[in-house]
Amino acid sequence: MSLWADKHRPKDLLKVDYHKEQAENLKKLTQQGDFPHLLVYGPVGAGKKTRVMCLLKELYGPGVERLRMEQMTFTTPSNKKVEIMTVNSNYHIEVNPADVGIYDRIVIMDLIKTVAQSQQLDVNTQREFKVIVLTDVDELSKDAQHALRRTMEKYIGNCRLILCANSTSRVTAAIRSRCLSIRVPAPTNEEIISILQSTCKKEGLNLPTELALKIAEKSDRNLRKALLICEACKVEQYPFNINQEIPLPDWHVFINDMAKEIVKEQSIQKIATVRTNLYELIIHGIPNQLIFKTLLDELLKNCDVELKSKVVEHAAFYEHRMQHGNKHIFHFEAFIARFMCLYKKFIEDVTSGF
Amino acid sequence: MQAFLKSGKIAGNGDKKAGTSSGKPPKTKRAVPWVEKYRPKTVDEVVEQNEAVSVLQQCISGANFPNLLFYGPPGTGKTSTILAAARQLFGDIYRDRILELNASDERGIQIIRDKVKTFAQLTASGTRPDGKPCPPYKIIILDEADSMTHSAQAALRRTMEKESKTTRFCLICNYVSRIIDPLTSRCTKFRFKPLKLERISERLEFICKEENVKFDEESLKALVDTSGGDMRRAITCLQSCAKLRGSDDLIKIEDVYEVTGVVPSKWLDQFVAVCKKGDYDGLSNFLNTMMYEAYSGLQMLEQLNEIVVHSDLFNDKQKGFIGAKLGLVGYRLQDGGSEYLQLLDIGCTLMSAFKLI
Ligand SMILES: Nc1ncnc2c1ncn2[C@@H]1O[C@H](COP(=O)(O)OP(=O)(O)OP(=O)(O)O)[C@@H](O)[C@H]1O
Ligand SMILES: [Mg+2]
Repeated sequence: MSLWADKHRPKDLLKVDYHKEQAENLKKLTQQGDFPHLLVYGPVGAGKKTRVMCLLKELYGPGVERLRMEQMTFTTPSNKKVEIMTVNSNYHIEVNPADVGIYDRIVIMDLIKTVAQSQQLDVNTQREFKVIVLTDVDELSKDAQHALRRTMEKYIGNCRLILCANSTSRVTAAIRSRCLSIRVPAPTNEEIISILQSTCKKEGLNLPTELALKIAEKSDRNLRKALLICEACKVEQYPFNINQEIPLPDWHVFINDMAKEIVKEQSIQKIATVRTNLYELIIHGIPNQLIFKTLLDELLKNCDVELKSKVVEHAAFYEHRMQHGNKHIFHFEAFIARFMCLYKKFIEDVTSGF
Repeated sequence: MQAFLKSGKIAGNGDKKAGTSSGKPPKTKRAVPWVEKYRPKTVDEVVEQNEAVSVLQQCISGANFPNLLFYGPPGTGKTSTILAAARQLFGDIYRDRILELNASDERGIQIIRDKVKTFAQLTASGTRPDGKPCPPYKIIILDEADSMTHSAQAALRRTMEKESKTTRFCLICNYVSRIIDPLTSRCTKFRFKPLKLERISERLEFICKEENVKFDEESLKALVDTSGGDMRRAITCLQSCAKLRGSDDLIKIEDVYEVTGVVPSKWLDQFVAVCKKGDYDGLSNFLNTMMYEAYSGLQMLEQLNEIVVHSDLFNDKQKGFIGAKLGLVGYRLQDGGSEYLQLLDIGCTLMSAFKLI
C-alpha cells in the first residue's frame, strides 16, 4: 500500500491543489515546443516534483508515467567506473548527479550527450526533444555546473533540461541565465489544511479542522510532511481526536536535548558527549543544514538580544565553512565550543553584576 | 542602432528564403527557444562589443586573424560572436574548419596533446570544395576556458605557437584571471561588457515585433532593468512572459517580476522594519516565512544593498558597517552557505547598525 502523499499526488497540471494560476501558465508555456530550459525551485515538500511530473505528462501524455529504474555506468578519464540510479520513461530521464559526489561532472557530460544523440523513440509524440530532469542542482559541484553551460545551449534542439533546486543562490549566474526560473513557494497553512481534509475524505475519514490546523503548524509548511504526520495520526487513533498529541520527530527532540545539555554545562567533557550525539545525528542522515538551524534556534532561546546576534554571526561563519570540508563534525564542534565560550562569559557577566 | 537595423533586415530575408527556397526542401521548423532563434548569425548582428566586432569584420574581409581571447559576464555575446564569424569566414564548410571544445568536453592534458594537436596539424586549403576562396586556416574554439586546469592550459602554449601557420585559437571565458599569463599574452584580448540597457531594450522591441508580442513600456523597462546587462537572460524572460500570458494579453509588470525572480518590495520593507525594532524573534520568524516563499537569498541581498545605499535611514558609518557584511554574506551564499543563517546574520547586522549612531 502506498503512502497518502504518493497515492493522492495530482497527475494533471490543472488538478494541482494550489498555485493554480502558475499551473495554468505552465500549461500555456509548454503548448508550443519552443520553451526554454526550466529551473524549478522551492523549499522541500513544496510540490516541485509533482509539478514537473504533471508538466511531463502535459508534454508527452500518460506514457511518461510508465517509469523504470535503471542503473547507468559512466567511466571517468582515469577509468574509474561510476554508477548512478536513474528513473526514466520513454521520454524523459531523471537523475540526481549529486549522488556520485565529485564525479557529477562526468555524469552530466555523458548523460546529456547520450540523450541528445539518441533519437526520440516514438515519432508520433510531436516532440523532437527529450527531457532530462536533474534534481538537487544546488548540490552540483562548480565543475559540473560549468560543464552544463555550453552543453545546454548546444543540444537544446534535442533535449530540454528541467533543473530542480531548493535554492537558487548556489546555482551559478551562467546557468540561471540559461533557464526560465519557476518559483514554487511552500503551500500556506490554509492550503495544507484543505488538502489534508480532502485527502482524508478520499480515504473515507473525517478530519476535524482543529487537528488539521495542529498538523499544519507542525509540518513546517511541507505538504509531504503534513500528509505523513496525518497518516501517522490515523494509525495512532481513529476516529481522530482534536487533543491528539503530535510528537516532534525523534531527531528534533534529540537536538533539543543536546542544546539543553550545552546550556547546562560548558566544559571539555560536555563537548565530548555532544560529539557522540552529533555523530548519531549524522549517521542517521539528518541533513547538516537542518541540524545547524535547529540547534541554533534552540540554543538562542536562552540568550539576550546582544548575545543572540553574536552567536548568529559565528553560526553563519561555521556553517559556511562546513560546506567546504568533508568532515562536518569539526565545524559543528567548533561552533559549539564557540557558543560555550560566549555563553559562559555572558552568564559570568550577568551574575557578577549582582 | 545601425547594427540593430541591419540585423532586422538580415533576419527577415533569411526567413523568407527558408520558406521559398528553390533548391533544398524546406527544413522542418524546429521549435527552439528565442535565445537560439535570435542568436546573431553574422557579426554585424551582434549588439555592441564594437572592438571585437570590428576586428572580426576586418578578418572576414581578408585581414589576418589573430588568436583571440574573449572574456566577460554571461549572455554578452562571446560564443555567438565567434560562431557567427566562423560561419561567415568558412561558409558551408565551417563545421570542418572549427573545433569547438567546451567545459563539457574532456580537456585534460592528454586531450590537448592529442585531439587539439591532431586537428591543428590538418592542412587547410585556401579554397572551398566549390572553388570559392576561403581563409587557409582552422579555428579552435576553447569555450569556457576558465574551467580548464592550469596544466592543460600550459600544454596549450606549445601547440599555439607551433601550429600558428594553419590554426587560430579563440579562448572564451567569464573570468580572465583564471587563464594563465602565457596564454593571455599570446592572444588579443577583448572584454565583453555587460550590454547597455538601451541596446537590450532595442533588441527586445525588435523581437517583440517579430513575434507579435504586446508589451507596455513600463514592463519592458522593468524587464530590461533586471537583466543586469545579460542579453540572454532578458530574452529568456521576455519569451517566458510572452508564453505565460498567451498571445492576446498585454504583459503586466507583475509577470515580469515573477519571471525574473525579483523579491516584491513589501518583503524588503518588512525585513528592514523588523530589524529596526531590534526584535530577534520577529526577525527569525520573518525569515522562516520568507524562506517558504523561496525567493532567492542572493537576489534579496542585491535589493537590500540598493535600499541601504540609497536610504536616509542610515548614516555613512552605518552604511559602511552593513556594506561590509553584505559583501561577506553574499560571498558565503554563493559559496554554499544556508540562506536562512546568512540572512539571519545580515539581519542581526542591521539590528546592530540601527543601534550604532
Ligand atoms: N551582443 C549580443 N547581441 C545580440 N544578441 C546577444 C548578444 N549577447 C547575447 N545575445 C543573446 O544571448 C544569447 C547568448 O549569448 P552567448 O551564448 O553569445 O553568450 P556568452 O557571452 O557566450 O555567455 P556565457 O558566458 O554564459 O557562455 C544569444 O543566443 C543571443 O540571443
Ligand atoms: Mg558562451
